[in-house]
Amino acid sequence: MARYVARRLVQVIPTLFFVILTVFLIMKMIPGDPAEVLLGPQARAEDIARFRQQLGLDKPVLIQFIMYLKRVLTGDLGRSLIYRQDVLSLILERLPTTVTLSLCALFIAIVIGIPSGIIAAMKRNSLLDLLVTVLALVGISIPIFWFGMVLIILFSLQLGWLPAVGLGDPSKGLWDIVSHFILPSLALGILSTGTIARFTRSSMLEVLNQDYIRTAYAKGLKKSLILYRHALRNALIPVITVIGLQLGNLLAGAVLTETVFALPGLGKLMVDGIFRRDYMLVQGEVLFTAVIYIFVNLVVDIAYAFINPKIRQSYRSV
Amino acid sequence: MRALNKQIVFGLTIIIVDIFAAIFAPLIATHSVDDMDFFYIFAKPGEGGHILGTDDYGRDIFSRLIYGSRISLLVGVIAVGIGAFLGTVLGVVSGYFGGFIDTLIMRFTDALLSFPYVLLAIAMMAVLGAGLFNAMLAIGIVMVPSFARVMRSAVMNIKNEEFVLAAKSMGASNTWVIFQHIIPNIIPVLIVYSSLNFAGAVISEATLSFLGLGIQPPTPSWGSMLSEAKNYLQSAPHMAIFPGLAILITCLGFNILGDGLRDMLDPRLKN
Repeated sequence: MARYVARRLVQVIPTLFFVILTVFLIMKMIPGDPAEVLLGPQARAEDIARFRQQLGLDKPVLIQFIMYLKRVLTGDLGRSLIYRQDVLSLILERLPTTVTLSLCALFIAIVIGIPSGIIAAMKRNSLLDLLVTVLALVGISIPIFWFGMVLIILFSLQLGWLPAVGLGDPSKGLWDIVSHFILPSLALGILSTGTIARFTRSSMLEVLNQDYIRTAYAKGLKKSLILYRHALRNALIPVITVIGLQLGNLLAGAVLTETVFALPGLGKLMVDGIFRRDYMLVQGEVLFTAVIYIFVNLVVDIAYAFINPKIRQSYRSV
Repeated sequence: MRALNKQIVFGLTIIIVDIFAAIFAPLIATHSVDDMDFFYIFAKPGEGGHILGTDDYGRDIFSRLIYGSRISLLVGVIAVGIGAFLGTVLGVVSGYFGGFIDTLIMRFTDALLSFPYVLLAIAMMAVLGAGLFNAMLAIGIVMVPSFARVMRSAVMNIKNEEFVLAAKSMGASNTWVIFQHIIPNIIPVLIVYSSLNFAGAVISEATLSFLGLGIQPPTPSWGSMLSEAKNYLQSAPHMAIFPGLAILITCLGFNILGDGLRDMLDPRLKN
């Protein structure tokens, strides 16, 4: 196990390197002089020259990259020009909102996705099975920002049950905060619900066809015992990987959900940054999100190895 | 087999309707996309001869949706074209030759795949600037790594087949083997994956335009229509409902078609 964890950790290093390189290169694609673009049209020529020097833009590209790499590795993501604040601290300020939203969405997706996948597998080719298939297809075909708008129209404007936009007010109690997160989480959650349901279904079907399940039936065990003790436990192992992968997508999907529901999270910060041409901020955020994504995948892989004895053993013998 | 065909037929029907709408837009649209009907601003569906109502400028929503299909399909075709072409080149080179080139290409795709899909497209648009051309480019480039991955594994599956080895042993050049034996055999995978990605491209365009980074008003695109609609959810919910439905139905069509084609052409891809 330790060997496996070590190996996965080492594998992350080149990926991180390429990710930093990619972010660096994307920002190099800004047409024209970045210093000019960053400072805006009113900047004087001498200011631009000074700024170029401060950013190291007068040096060769390779040196620029090494400087960037150095800064990033020490946790310096630059300064936001519009917020006049360190980019990393800005991100950390907004992170809780986005993480809460993503986790709530994931929770909804799991709570709906896994049971419906199981039921669909057990009642194969039934109406319910068809419904799960359709739900899965809709889940990947629906624009989540539109689904968010539909939820707002339905549940807050027409029915008036839930608030439409913004964060709750802590002074109004817990419910006010929770209620503001329900619709955004639902909107974001649909992205993953279908995928999780579909994956649970196919994994469950595969397990139900295994010999040991037939043996369990032959021994005369109760059906519920077979399903929960024998089938489900094994069927859910691969589902964990899918759930982990979803978390990364949800973090990105939060950009859209936050825009629709006016939630002050990472996504909102990024969209504002783009429109006000705060490239430092955008660059920092893109890198930050990608790094989180990589580490979430790493944790999922390790968790998977921990749960699945097959992977553990294959590394023990190496 | 019959059930599979049903899927393909269903998906294709939706897509053909879309293509039909895009080609014959001037004949189908009941109004001009830019004409403002001042007496019927925010008209509800059916009012004043506007089948799906009008928007905040009194423009006919139905006609704008019909013309919007042109943008969606154009972005889909070009973006998937870019992704499929570059991805296939990289995937074939990587899978066929292996070795150092393979490692290099795969590390690079790894890095690009470490970015959430939407995020990378947004970041590229932030740098390139808004607009139709840049949107197609950004969405296409974002698709390259996953195409490269899928094509690479398809190539690796067949490069050690006997007919390929036989061709090589008879002295066929790499170019000959690639174009005569490898490429024709990975086309089914390419078709399936392109169809599934088409839906992704349509959603991505809508997403970018919704954020204001893609197609700019007054050009009617489903995403930009939704972007305008978000300010009028209270007074004119129909402005938001219909463009979203158009996106949903179109993407469903491509996803259903892709699923059906996958089951028919390459059952191994099924997970």
